[in-house]
Amino acid sequence: MKIAKILLLIVALWSAWAGRAHAGAEFSHFTLANGLEVVVVSDHRAPVVTHMIWYKVGSADETPGKSGLAHFLEHLMFKGTEKNPGDAFSRHVAEIGGQENAFTASDYTGFYQRVPRSHLKEMMALEADRITGLVLTDDVVRPELNVVLEEQNMRIANNPAARLSEQMDAALYLNHPYSRPVIGWRPEIEQLNREDALAFYRRFYSPNNAIVVIAGDVTPDEVKADAEATYGKVANRADYTPRRRPMEPAQEAPRTVTLADFRVEQPILNRDYQVPSETSAKAGESEAIEVLAHVLGSGENSRLYRRLVIDQGIALNAGANYSGTALDYSKFAMFGSPKPGVSLQQLETAIDTVVGEVVTQGITADELERAKTRLIAEAVYAEDNQATLARWYGSALATGQTVESVRDWPNRIRAVTVESVQHAARTWLDPRRSVTGYLVKSLQSEEKRS
Amino acid sequence: MISFPRARLRSGFSAFGVALALVAAAFLFAASAWATTIERVVSPGGIEAWLVNEPAVPLIAMEFAFRGGAAQDAPGKSGTATLVAALLDAGAGELDSKSFSDRLERKAIQLSFSAQRDTLRGTMRTMVENRDEAFDLLRLAMTVPRFDAKEVEISRAQVLSSLRRETTSPGDIASRRWWETAFEGHPYGRPVNGTLDTVSSISVADLKSYAQRVLAREKLTIAVVGDIDADTLKILLDRTFGALPAKPDLVAISNATPRGLGRRIEVSLDVPQTVVDFGGPGISRQDPDFMAAYLINHILGGGSSASRLYHEVREKRGLAYSVSDNLVWLDHAAVMFGGTATRADRAGETVELIEKEIGRFAETGPTAGELIEAKKYLNSAFVLNLDSSSKIAALLVQLQLDGLGTDYFTQRAAMIDAVTLEDTRRVAKRLLDKGLLVTVVGKPRGFVSSTAN
Repeated sequence: MKIAKILLLIVALWSAWAGRAHAGAEFSHFTLANGLEVVVVSDHRAPVVTHMIWYKVGSADETPGKSGLAHFLEHLMFKGTEKNPGDAFSRHVAEIGGQENAFTASDYTGFYQRVPRSHLKEMMALEADRITGLVLTDDVVRPELNVVLEEQNMRIANNPAARLSEQMDAALYLNHPYSRPVIGWRPEIEQLNREDALAFYRRFYSPNNAIVVIAGDVTPDEVKADAEATYGKVANRADYTPRRRPMEPAQEAPRTVTLADFRVEQPILNRDYQVPSETSAKAGESEAIEVLAHVLGSGENSRLYRRLVIDQGIALNAGANYSGTALDYSKFAMFGSPKPGVSLQQLETAIDTVVGEVVTQGITADELERAKTRLIAEAVYAEDNQATLARWYGSALATGQTVESVRDWPNRIRAVTVESVQHAARTWLDPRRSVTGYLVKSLQSEEKRS
Repeated sequence: MISFPRARLRSGFSAFGVALALVAAAFLFAASAWATTIERVVSPGGIEAWLVNEPAVPLIAMEFAFRGGAAQDAPGKSGTATLVAALLDAGAGELDSKSFSDRLERKAIQLSFSAQRDTLRGTMRTMVENRDEAFDLLRLAMTVPRFDAKEVEISRAQVLSSLRRETTSPGDIASRRWWETAFEGHPYGRPVNGTLDTVSSISVADLKSYAQRVLAREKLTIAVVGDIDADTLKILLDRTFGALPAKPDLVAISNATPRGLGRRIEVSLDVPQTVVDFGGPGISRQDPDFMAAYLINHILGGGSSASRLYHEVREKRGLAYSVSDNLVWLDHAAVMFGGTATRADRAGETVELIEKEIGRFAETGPTAGELIEAKKYLNSAFVLNLDSSSKIAALLVQLQLDGLGTDYFTQRAAMIDAVTLEDTRRVAKRLLDKGLLVTVVGKPRGFVSSTAN
């Protein structure tokens, strides 16, 4: 959730950067003969390069009953290939002073290294080898499954707010697989095995289902030659048709979810609406939703914070955000923490009043301008971090956006009007599209009840 | 879309631990190339800053720190520095909080403050075109913060809320318990963000008094990176900080070493996963053995997949998602501090394993191969910390706080290469054979606590 938000900011940043004459960044986008897409962004300030590969597969592409498989395979991708067995890849990254990591989301799975520039081609060769060369044995798969279960414990089971969020996603999507947690449902994770992972790997890991993004102290020409010599040699394993998941029916009833845990010391109210993503929205719609989220809930002068925290003094915090980087749908999320003595119902009523005013009266021209300034300024700040830029390009392309739409971001934001924001509020902040989540304290621990 | 990175550092360290760990990580990597020039700038008023003039990006990033931090909180008033940091940008001079934040937002200026154990820190980013407005707002925040009663109560309520959350968060409990045991009776034993009692008792006068004592020119460290030249910066330094008192009025803090070594403390909490913090004495940044210790820490558990703890705890046995340790050096103490989170039914086994591995490492030190690889890594990876203005500025502040010179970048590789296998064996013993203080929170099985709780 947080990452998606960051990505949006990056979108903003990059585009502003792209529009600046002085930035002098070379940019290149090309496709190899085997279908692998490559994006190159130059930044010559430090002799460092960020190398990422993004596969167009995520948890929403899993077979029902195998939730967590995309993420489990991400972990197993570090177990070695025939050519580079065991942890040879990771050891090499460590030897050259590089950093590496990987991540899984609903729509994509990514792997990256940040290395001194002279080692880029080695990274490309190792990553190309890993597209189809993975070797798995039960000896490495079994301990890794335990690692993933501990990750689930750490991120979700030990964290009441994360458990509420998981339950809300399950309620927000009646039919679409975004209802599943990326890390999977624990009983299904426990059953995953080597054969599941290899079948998923053979089905989805192929050059024509991947995007490579390289940002840093390189030129497009040298990258292109190296990409052809490494990635260009990997044969495809399958043909890919457009990704079609079960879509949402008309949502007709507001839903509520209450998660009670004895450890909750600060109740929380969350409200999520199912709204279009940047990819699924009509022209101009996603940008208007982005401005709407900004005006409603970003910063101390946003409507929610000012009204609930400063003026009424009923909340400790309140805000909103929209994470538009997704293939099919996105969430428009609002949240608030009540002050002691204030009920979640009081807080919810106050939030609904603020939302109602935007729906009926819209936002002011001044609010619109301030939001635009900040969104576009983020572009200059993003320009300062090559890894951020690489991440933004990868996530955009992996969710069906184009390089052109990304680079045109400042203009798309500039085109937003007070009318389009009000229209977005009226259309999408419809209670029937929403789930409201309450995080509350229960009086007993599980232990005492059992 | 929630992403699940494969990151190895677990959450749940104190904010302080994380910040230092990051700085430490930045520090270790050796420069193979450093094309950027650091200028030491001194304003006519005598205010010093380290500057990297980098015009490629139209922004200015500035990081700065006042010595003092939470260690200067008055007795019974812990959390004061945290509240001051939260309130410095909540209204200043003629501007109330709303007007102040409005001015920042209209120019997309980013300004924030934070408190750590030894420092009160600030960070600012602005586009070049808004430079003067940014420095002017910073001047107000530094020299005439308002501490309006209404804003104080909003911030206090937010801090109290997070303190209440911490009372049932296993990671926070483990870390608090570790620090209060290791540094009992010392300012480092007090939580940086205070307790429910102390934060409730802090008055507006306490906040003003803290700001007057700590915000002074003499103990101010500044780094600036971006599209700005030395002459312009000199003028802005005097204009921004010139009205601060020359000298701070700091309480003397005694040196301390962590206590409770060999103890295991268990706190019972009904959570599915058991959180473990462990630590012992560290090493001062000025100690001649510092680099050897840094290499040792990297090999033992410094956050890389090549580390011994990672290999033994995660890769071989799948006991945890993350396990790591870090060197933390403070002005008046140094510790080695690490943590993991593991399944309850194997918590005892995990703690035994970590203690055994650390004990084994203390006896034999690293292998020759491990040392070569660690040196290669630390020498090559340094440049990764130099690819954004904010990262460079943060690093330059840390170098100054650590008393290192602008020539550190050119000398660092030689310092690392000079460490011998003998050095690492000697220092491993010195550092790691004194035993660990371990705090465990959850429902661990097979864990024998030396202190019932």
